[in-house]
Amino acid sequence: MIEVKNLTRYYGEKCAINNVSFRVEKGEVLGLLGPNAAGKTTTMRILTCYMPPTSGDAWVAGYNIWEAPMEVKKRIGYLPENPPLYHDLRVEEYLNFVAKIKGVPGNRLKSQVSSAIERAGLTSVARQVIGSLSKGYKQRVGLAQALLNDPDVLILDEPTVGLDPRQIIEIRQLIKNLGGDHTVILSTHILPEVEMTCQRVVIINEGQVVAQDTPENLTRRLRGTERILLELDGDTRTVEEVLGRFPQITSREVEKLSGNGHVRYALEVTEDIRNQLARAVVESGVNLYELRSEAYSLEDIFLHLTTKEEEAVA
Amino acid sequence: MKKLLAIYQKEMKHFFYSPIAYIVIAAFTVLAGIFFYLYLSSFVEAAFMDMIRSQQFRTPPQKFNVNLQLIRPYFWNLALISLFVLPLVTMRLYSEEKKLGTVELLYTSPISVSQIVLGKFLAGLTFYLVMLIPTVIFQALLFVYGDPELGPVLSGYLGLLLLGSAFIAGGLFISSLTENQIIAAIGGFGLSLLLWVIGWAASFSGPGLAKVLNYLSVINHFEDFAQGVIDSQHIAFYLLLSAVGIYLTFKSLEAIRWRA
Ligand SMILES: Nc1ncnc2c1ncn2[C@@H]1O[C@H](COP(=O)(O)OP(=O)(O)O)[C@@H](O)[C@H]1O
Ligand SMILES: [Mg+2]
Repeated sequence: MIEVKNLTRYYGEKCAINNVSFRVEKGEVLGLLGPNAAGKTTTMRILTCYMPPTSGDAWVAGYNIWEAPMEVKKRIGYLPENPPLYHDLRVEEYLNFVAKIKGVPGNRLKSQVSSAIERAGLTSVARQVIGSLSKGYKQRVGLAQALLNDPDVLILDEPTVGLDPRQIIEIRQLIKNLGGDHTVILSTHILPEVEMTCQRVVIINEGQVVAQDTPENLTRRLRGTERILLELDGDTRTVEEVLGRFPQITSREVEKLSGNGHVRYALEVTEDIRNQLARAVVESGVNLYELRSEAYSLEDIFLHLTTKEEEAVA
Repeated sequence: MKKLLAIYQKEMKHFFYSPIAYIVIAAFTVLAGIFFYLYLSSFVEAAFMDMIRSQQFRTPPQKFNVNLQLIRPYFWNLALISLFVLPLVTMRLYSEEKKLGTVELLYTSPISVSQIVLGKFLAGLTFYLVMLIPTVIFQALLFVYGDPELGPVLSGYLGLLLLGSAFIAGGLFISSLTENQIIAAIGGFGLSLLLWVIGWAASFSGPGLAKVLNYLSVINHFEDFAQGVIDSQHIAFYLLLSAVGIYLTFKSLEAIRWRA
C-alpha cells in the first residue's frame, strides 16, 4: 500500500532524513518510532505530498508522489503534528469544509461528515466552536478530518501528544480500530504506544531507519542476550571466580548498593542460566539476595538501537 | 470550481465570525459618512450662498453640478479610505493559515494552489463590496433630493471596485509572505501607498521614467472613472495589476511549499 524507497531530505545543509526505506501492507498499522528530531514529521510530510524529498521515491495507495501527487492526496487522510483547525468555525462547519476540498461529492457530504463525527466520538460537540474545545477534543476533530472520504491510507503524526492519560487511551483504541479498513502510519516517540497499537515498527533515529519488524520480533531478536539481575553480599574475588565459570555471560555491570553494602550485577547472557548460577553462588558461600531474569522491553531495544547508532556516528 | 467555492465560503465565514470585520465595516462607514456629510454641507452652503447673492445683485444663479462638485471628489475620497482600510481586510487572508498550521491541511488536500488563491481573492473582493453598500445608500439620498446623473455614479463604483481589486490582490500577496497579521497589514498598506504616490516621483524624474511612474500610479487611472468616463485602458491597468498580485501570491505559495 505504501512503499518508500531511499528517501532523503535536506533542509539547506541539514540532513533531516537519509535513505529511508520501508513498506506498509494493506490494512496494517505501522508505527514510526523515534526520538524528537529523528525525521518522523519530515517523512510524513513527504508521503502526504506536502513537500518533495531531496531524492528518493515513494508510492502511496498505488500512486507515485512525484508523478501523481493529486491522486495521492485524494487517497490519504493526514493528521499533522498540530491539528490544522480553524478556531472560529464550528466542528460541523469545519468538517464540511474539509470534505468539500477533499472532493467528497455533494450527495455524500452529509453522510461522510456525520460518520466522521461519530467515529471520532464528536457527536456531543458537533455544534460547538472549535476554539472552545479541550485539547483532546481538538485532537479528535483533527482525526475526524483525516477520516473524511474514507481514505485508503491514514497518516497520523504523534496523535496522542499532549493529551491526558484517559484521552490517550481513547485515541489509541480509536486508531487500533482503524486498522484493517485503512492502512495506517502513525509516528510516536512513546514506546508503549507502538506496542499497543501497531503491527509493525520502523525505528528511526537521526534520519535513518535503524530497525524494522513486528514489536514481538524486535523483542525476540534481543532475547538472544537476556539479562539477569543478581544481588549478592560476599567476597568480591569469590564472586568473580564463580561468574568466570560461565562462558554464557557476555558482559557484566557491577553496582554497589549504598543502603546495605550489597552488590548488584547486571549480566548479559546468551541463554537462561539462572538455575546453574544460583546453585554455584550458594555453594561458594556467598549470600544470595535476589536473582531474576529481565526480558528486554521495546524501550530497551529502542535505547539499545539508538545509542548504538549514536556511537557509530561519533 | 466546487473547491474554489469551498475556500470562498470559508473565508466569508472567517470575515463575518470575527469582530474585526464589523469594526472595519463600521470604521469605513463612519469615515465615508463624515466625508459625505462634509462634502454635502459645503456643497449646499455654496449653492445657498449663491442663491442669496443672485437675489441680492439680481444676477442669474450659477449652475451647480452635483456630479462634478460633490460626487466626483467623494469618490476620490472613498478611494483614499479604501487605501487605509483594505489592508485590514487582506491581512489575515493567508497569514492566518500559516499561523494556525492549516496550510498543511490545504497542501495535502486535492486542491490546487490557484483554487486557494482565487477563492481568497474573491472573498476579499466580496467583503469590499459589502463595505461599499452604505456609501450607495448615501448617494441614493442625492437621487431622492436632487437630480444627479447616474452614469458617473456607476462608473465611479466600477473604478472603486477595480482599484479595490488591485489593492486586495497586493494585500493578499503580502499576507502570503508572513504569518504575522500586523506585519501583513502594514506591508499591504505600504505597498498600496507606494502604488498611490508613485506618480509624485514623476515630477522629479526624466520624461521617460516619469511616463512609467505616472502609468503605475493607481490614482491617476481613477480620475476618469470618478468623472463618468470609462476607458478600457484604465480597466486593463487595474485588471493587470490585480493579475500581477494574484500571480505573485500563487508563486509565493508554491515557493513556500517547496521550502517548508
Ligand atoms: N522546516 C525546517 N527547516 C529546517 N530544519 C528542519 C525543518 N523541519 C525539520 N527540520 C529539522 O529536521 C530534523 C527532523 O525533524 P522532524 O522531521 O520534524 O523530526 P521529528 O518529527 O521526528 O521530531 C530536525 O533536526 C529538525 O530540526
Ligand atoms: Mg515531529
